[in-house]
Amino acid sequence: MTRNPYARFLAAGFRGQSAYPLATFAGLVANATFGLLKGGIMGAAVASSGGELAGYSAASMAAFVWLGQGMLGSVNFWGGSDLQTRIKSGDVAVDFLRPVSVQAAQILTDIGKGLFALLPRGLPSVLIGVLVGGMALPPSASAYVLGLVSLLIGISVSHATVYVLATCGFWIVETRGLSALYMACSGFFAGLFTPIYLFPDWLLTVTLLTPFPSMMQFPIDVLSGQVTGAGAWQHLGVQVLWLAVVLAVGQLMTRAGRRRLEVQGG
Amino acid sequence: MDLFGSALVGVIEFTEIWVLYSATDQIGGFTLAQIMLVFGLSDLAFSLADLVVGHCDNLPVYVRAGTLDVFFLRPQPVLAQLITSDLSLRRLARCLVGASALTVGLVLNDIDWGVGTIGLLVLALVCGFVIFSAQFVTAAGLQFFLINGAEMTNAFVYGGRYAATQPATVWPRVLLVVFGAIFPVAFAAYLPVSTLLGIPGLAGLPAWIGWCAPIAALWAVVVAGLCWRWGLRHYRGAGG
Repeated sequence: MTRNPYARFLAAGFRGQSAYPLATFAGLVANATFGLLKGGIMGAAVASSGGELAGYSAASMAAFVWLGQGMLGSVNFWGGSDLQTRIKSGDVAVDFLRPVSVQAAQILTDIGKGLFALLPRGLPSVLIGVLVGGMALPPSASAYVLGLVSLLIGISVSHATVYVLATCGFWIVETRGLSALYMACSGFFAGLFTPIYLFPDWLLTVTLLTPFPSMMQFPIDVLSGQVTGAGAWQHLGVQVLWLAVVLAVGQLMTRAGRRRLEVQGG
Repeated sequence: MDLFGSALVGVIEFTEIWVLYSATDQIGGFTLAQIMLVFGLSDLAFSLADLVVGHCDNLPVYVRAGTLDVFFLRPQPVLAQLITSDLSLRRLARCLVGASALTVGLVLNDIDWGVGTIGLLVLALVCGFVIFSAQFVTAAGLQFFLINGAEMTNAFVYGGRYAATQPATVWPRVLLVVFGAIFPVAFAAYLPVSTLLGIPGLAGLPAWIGWCAPIAALWAVVVAGLCWRWGLRHYRGAGG
């Protein structure tokens, strides 16, 4: 076992998730049902526009749908988190006493959970996509390598952004409304429902100015081989940039919030 | 904020459909204007069902906390108590989205107004409400067995809501069985609207199939009743 506490947070998140096999299976069933519905409508949309829609063929659209479904267990689009609960209850005061960074501990635990979810939820989704969804597999080895890197950054951006959301709790007591807003918008702008490239130009421009495509659309692009070469590297660059931004914001919020924190009781 | 958030979810859901149908002429035989009727009708029916019985979703929380046992002590049906234990008005905002889409859809489409048309619309709305409510109760009944597997029932409760906004012609065969027959959400909006607009629906089905929504609603209620009673009998309480 490694001595580094941060590696342990990652491992704990990974392992903790394996304790709920039924919940994981249930998630897969829901994922697969939504995937079939989404695959049906997106496939019909491609077919009705003559076999090609915004650069997607039937097979690459299926890849978009099923890779997205497979990532759902690993990214956080509902906006809630452990930290949100701990700030509200005041437990976060204890976290601040520990000799580790609160931000790193929270985010790494969540990333660990997300990485675990790739095994029971991600892989089966892709398998279903290949077997019944008519999904195309990436043509080249570089798509797999760059795709996995992009996926890891995507998962990190997602959890680092939700961390920022949770730190708002230092200033406003009830952050459930914020989570609800986040849930409504994040999936849409991340490319969970339709590829963002179907959006009208103005909406696409707005979307590309947010961190959301870095969470799902970009990893899917790279992983599916839809975007290759320089385009893929550009995606990775934008993702890294957003990761740096949300981590920095999270760091500032944590520092400011810590000074602001008042815990009741004695 | 909560109120605004739940309305925004509906707006975003509509935007998805708008983006998708704008990118192409028609999907599954439906244009954007026509699918607005399907979306509006099913979304309104679902939102109303969510408003009234959506609280059943919290059953696993009650079971885990042991608070469900209190319901057994009172001389009213457990289901009635569960439903009335919390009625939240924020869900009301959600209904506005469906109602607006339905209104716009009714204006945009060339509809042959008459007693039959209005009758079919009202029938579809009522049956849709009953069907979605039944899904919530079915899910609650199954929760007694699942507890940690709550997401399983999301497949047909929320998956059903999503399915109801789509033309069933795009579904693979397995979904036709699931959402056309077992959890009959296709009868909530798609089939009645097909009948209303005279759009040829699924191969082999007559044009008047939309009028059969009450049969689907009845079936959904029977399934819900059986699941709920089965679940309740299985429940052994939290002890203490």
